Amino acid sequence: MNKAHDNRKARQAAPKRGAVQHRVRLQDRGRSWLRHHIEVALKALGRLWSTPLASLMTLAVLAIALALPSFIFTALKNVDQLTLGLDTEPHLSLYLNTDLSDARIDNFSRELLLRDDLLSVELISRDKGLADFRAHTRFGDLLDFFETNPLPAVITLIPRQHEPQQLAALQQQLAALPEVDEARVDLEWVRRLAAFMALAERGAWVLGALLGLTVLLVVGNTVRMTIESRRDEIVVSKLVGATDAWVRRPFLYSGIWFGIFGAALAWLLAQLALALIAEPVQALAALYLNGYQVHGLGVMESLALLGAGVLLGLLGAWIAVGRHLRDIEPG
Amino acid sequence: MSAIRFSNVGKRYPNGHEALVGLDFALESGELAFLTGHSGAGKSTLLKLIMLMERPSRGEVWVGEQNLSRLSRAQIPLHRRHIGVVFQNHQLLFDRTVFDNVALPLQISGYDPVDAARRVRAALDKVGLLAREKLNPVTLSSGEQQRVGIARAIVHKPRLLLADEPTGNLDPELSEDIMHLFEQFNRIGTTVLIASHDLSLINRLRHRVLTLQGGRLVADSH
Repeated sequence: MNKAHDNRKARQAAPKRGAVQHRVRLQDRGRSWLRHHIEVALKALGRLWSTPLASLMTLAVLAIALALPSFIFTALKNVDQLTLGLDTEPHLSLYLNTDLSDARIDNFSRELLLRDDLLSVELISRDKGLADFRAHTRFGDLLDFFETNPLPAVITLIPRQHEPQQLAALQQQLAALPEVDEARVDLEWVRRLAAFMALAERGAWVLGALLGLTVLLVVGNTVRMTIESRRDEIVVSKLVGATDAWVRRPFLYSGIWFGIFGAALAWLLAQLALALIAEPVQALAALYLNGYQVHGLGVMESLALLGAGVLLGLLGAWIAVGRHLRDIEPG
Repeated sequence: MSAIRFSNVGKRYPNGHEALVGLDFALESGELAFLTGHSGAGKSTLLKLIMLMERPSRGEVWVGEQNLSRLSRAQIPLHRRHIGVVFQNHQLLFDRTVFDNVALPLQISGYDPVDAARRVRAALDKVGLLAREKLNPVTLSSGEQQRVGIARAIVHKPRLLLADEPTGNLDPELSEDIMHLFEQFNRIGTTVLIASHDLSLINRLRHRVLTLQGGRLVADSH
């Protein structure tokens, strides 16, 4: 009886020496996971630091690739801001029939004032047109050949709607009025500017995408070389039970660091470039607008740059690790 | 309970080489056995199957109560954490100290650093290298390097210890020391399987010997 009891006790006690002793508690595992992340991140940083020249070269390439689109987007934003302050509203000019009486013209312009779709109506009477013509051109003498004033009265309108289609519709509608000889939309330059901005923006996106791909490839290649140089460590780690995630982690952190530092360097480059062009741009802007300030990268743009750097770095590392890590197996 | 059981295991490599043919044997828990045979007889392949570095073409391999064919790729790391392995070329990392080499399995398994340090020192003490913990293993003799490899294999107290030619590069005296170290671990309950072609040493030690020839088990003597 006693012996059986002892046996049972021994059996109960036995696992304590064996399996239980070696089990890693869940709580420990969570803490160790976090600790490992911090440790691996710092080690990856250390590795970057341990080969300063090679790291700096890689970072320089990343910085240029990230700085160029940042610079272009910021420049575009500045142009946008600049034109916002300019009078970019399209004008409509109505040339009235010359046989209308001054009273009728006056009446007609008042009628236009009542319309909802026009922001402003400005009448240039035939007499004022004549005076302006004499004042602003050297051909005033020509007018002496005419017995009566040959210039039509003109009404300048600013429509509420700016869309090209609506402008065209309005133009047609006004041209059909009996008082109107000709209606002209004065929006060529607005259209050109809009087209140019759209083109520049599209170009900036294409360039940005290509340079983003560059970042991806550069980080991917750098990480691939790091993987090759640490082949032994990967094999041994896998042999003693490292998971894929564990093996992958240091390389992903390398990618993230490359992204962070590349973005920081790119930020500096872009700000430097913007500072260099700020003065001439300001001088140019002063000719048209008072007090225009060149905008650098704002908080949101800077964060977007950093985010893009981190994301591209991580993605580049992920692709490289995914491609090469499975090839490295013990055996 | 068997610590290792091979049931009609065959391994054929993609190049057509039959590394193992119809292998049947079991190693009981707490046993120590030698695995011998000429090079190319299938010793390494057998160990690789236990480590899941290779999968068998036929048959089943059991480790403890686990049928290895049921383990997915994602489950392999956990399986390996229960096994300690010693390699002929010791597979030490020369970019870190002896201590860090031995600590690697514990880091991977997620041990608390204080606990891990204690276990690492205990393991180094057991192989007689506690004084060398801060050195780089490249500065050690090959016998010492092999003992660091052993410390790394037993630091997490595995139930099963495998060794592939652990004395391959060592002189006879050092080889015997290493083997005695394995006997010590076996005495505290670890199942040990040692692949070796050092027949004179094996015969002196008087343990079970499994002999492979051309991928077949040709002798199993106690």
